[in-house]
Amino acid sequence: MDLLENISLAITGLLANKMRALLTMLGIIIGIAAVITIITLGNSIQGTITDTMQEMGGNNIMLMLQNRTAQMTYTVDETDLITEEMLETAQQMYPNEISAFSASESVGSGQAKDGRKYSNLSLSGVNEGYKLANNITMLAGRFINDRDMLRESQVAVISDRTAQAMFGSVEASLGGELRIYCGEEIWTFTVVGVYEYAEDSTTAMMMAMMNGMSAEADIPTNCYMPVTTSWRLSGYAEGYSQVTVIANPHVDSAQLASRLSDFFERSYYRDNVNYTVYAMSMDTIIGQMNSIMSTMSLAVSVIAGISLLVGGIGVMNIMLVSITERTREIGTRKALGATNASIRMQFIVESVIICLIGGAIGVALGIAGGTLGANLLGQPSRPTLSSIAVAVFFSMAIGVFFGYYPANKAAKMDPIEALRYE
Amino acid sequence: MTQQNNLNPESSLPAEQSPKDLIIQMNRIVKTFNIGQPNELEILHGIDLTVHRGEFLAIVGQSGAGKSTLMNIIGVLDRPTSGEYFLDGVDVANAKDQQLSSIRNAKIGFVFQTFNLIPRTTALKNVELPMLYAGVSKSERTRRAKELLELVGMGERMGHDPNELSGGQKQRVAIARAMANDPAIILADEPTGALDSVTGRMVMDLFHQLHREKGKTIVLITHSKELAAETQRIVTISDGNIVSEQRGMA
Repeated sequence: MDLLENISLAITGLLANKMRALLTMLGIIIGIAAVITIITLGNSIQGTITDTMQEMGGNNIMLMLQNRTAQMTYTVDETDLITEEMLETAQQMYPNEISAFSASESVGSGQAKDGRKYSNLSLSGVNEGYKLANNITMLAGRFINDRDMLRESQVAVISDRTAQAMFGSVEASLGGELRIYCGEEIWTFTVVGVYEYAEDSTTAMMMAMMNGMSAEADIPTNCYMPVTTSWRLSGYAEGYSQVTVIANPHVDSAQLASRLSDFFERSYYRDNVNYTVYAMSMDTIIGQMNSIMSTMSLAVSVIAGISLLVGGIGVMNIMLVSITERTREIGTRKALGATNASIRMQFIVESVIICLIGGAIGVALGIAGGTLGANLLGQPSRPTLSSIAVAVFFSMAIGVFFGYYPANKAAKMDPIEALRYE
Repeated sequence: MTQQNNLNPESSLPAEQSPKDLIIQMNRIVKTFNIGQPNELEILHGIDLTVHRGEFLAIVGQSGAGKSTLMNIIGVLDRPTSGEYFLDGVDVANAKDQQLSSIRNAKIGFVFQTFNLIPRTTALKNVELPMLYAGVSKSERTRRAKELLELVGMGERMGHDPNELSGGQKQRVAIARAMANDPAIILADEPTGALDSVTGRMVMDLFHQLHREKGKTIVLITHSKELAAETQRIVTISDGNIVSEQRGMA
């Protein structure tokens, strides 16, 4: 009795009892669909996080102030902050490892206005290294530099959008005066550079939605000024609570992170009871994210595994019912010369087919669910071939495992008893 | 119970038949159930039965006589507790379970009272089934199944499922199926028992046709004296013993 005959036989049998077959498959369908959905969705999220992190620089290190006491008191004194001087010393300590520092300070939202022309802005104080760490593409002019920092100059780097809105063109904006209204204050800046606004920036979209701005032109774009200028204008303490270290290529960023952490502790924060500097490489962050995702996937897999187990028991149950119903058929087949092995094979194939069809439906539903979820999150859907392969393999394994006992029971039936069965 | 004098089966057969033509050779077949238990029961008490190639034979007896038990042993569904049984030269009494399947497949064509066609499976596929277990190729299976269905007059309905067929039609498909592997014997257990007299007649005519034209060896198990009388030889069993052998009308 060849396999193809068995498969067509099994499918005929299932079609005769469509509802029952579907209900039997339900456990398998739910289990497999859950696994595939979570894996697809997890991959989308993980992929996006990794991409974003990589874009920000996989080799970068975050330096941030960390409360020693772990008390939720967020009062940071001026003396606690990381200073420009500390960064310079750090760079002198590790000249071959550190390429630059990237720092930014949010000033708030503002608006550039000139008569009827306006452009919404998100004001940030930055240093020269910020451009490197954030992959900013300049269209004209230059970015904020160290001289601007020293002089605390009122210079600004604006987006091409703002340049268009305020000056008519990117070229015309260079050297232009920009009046910025921020809260009660009005500041005048000289435009020294224009960068390319990233159209697909999800953060800008989110901010626009939160601020209830419908017109695309009203979405605020970043306007950069020297961080020292921002301290002066906003009256902030001069120092950073968070700095990104841009490491040179081929530097072991995890190792550098621990060395920087030690350096700051030893040189500056030994006597600080409240704060220390915590250094963490992007690679470490990505690794942590991935490990969180893996843990989540594992938890869902356990639940799915239980669902599959229950599904498998359901399949076994229905197979036992099926062979009882078909006792006479089994007897007849034996009388016609079917060996025990071929009867066993027939029912195992049937059980495997139930599980495989269930698995296939589950995979389809899972991909659909994962894609839907990913779309809701605004991420590309990333179903993996390996998860589908594992799902199919598991379906088959469940079919064989839970089909074996009923099939063996059928195979061992006494043909005389089976033929006489009413 | 009519006792006849011609107890020697050979006497009822043409003289030119040699021992090579023996299809069934049973010596002192005993069947005991529940051996070693308080309800131990001996059903067959030492049956001697010989059937020649091309013979059409009836085994008759009332219910409880041991008819079914003997049929199960003849049909290799069961093994005797003791005694010898050679089917077409194969020692069945000492065969292993696995061998019994292939012996049934190759040597015996079953026809049941309740037809026992496989449900949701076309007449054609039903007839192909024994050949499937025998490992016959797909094209050959289909060719032979069609030929057999034509032979039993079911050529027009070979694509139908059993539940679309009448009782008489089902039994004709079952007979075609029994012929599939060209078995040594066709073993028919009350083949007309579930049919009305007209279709029952047609089925019996089909057996006569197969016997006459194809030279098939047919063993008919029945409780009907009228049907048994149509065969060449009538073996009557009662209380687990063969009590008489008569020449039939065929």
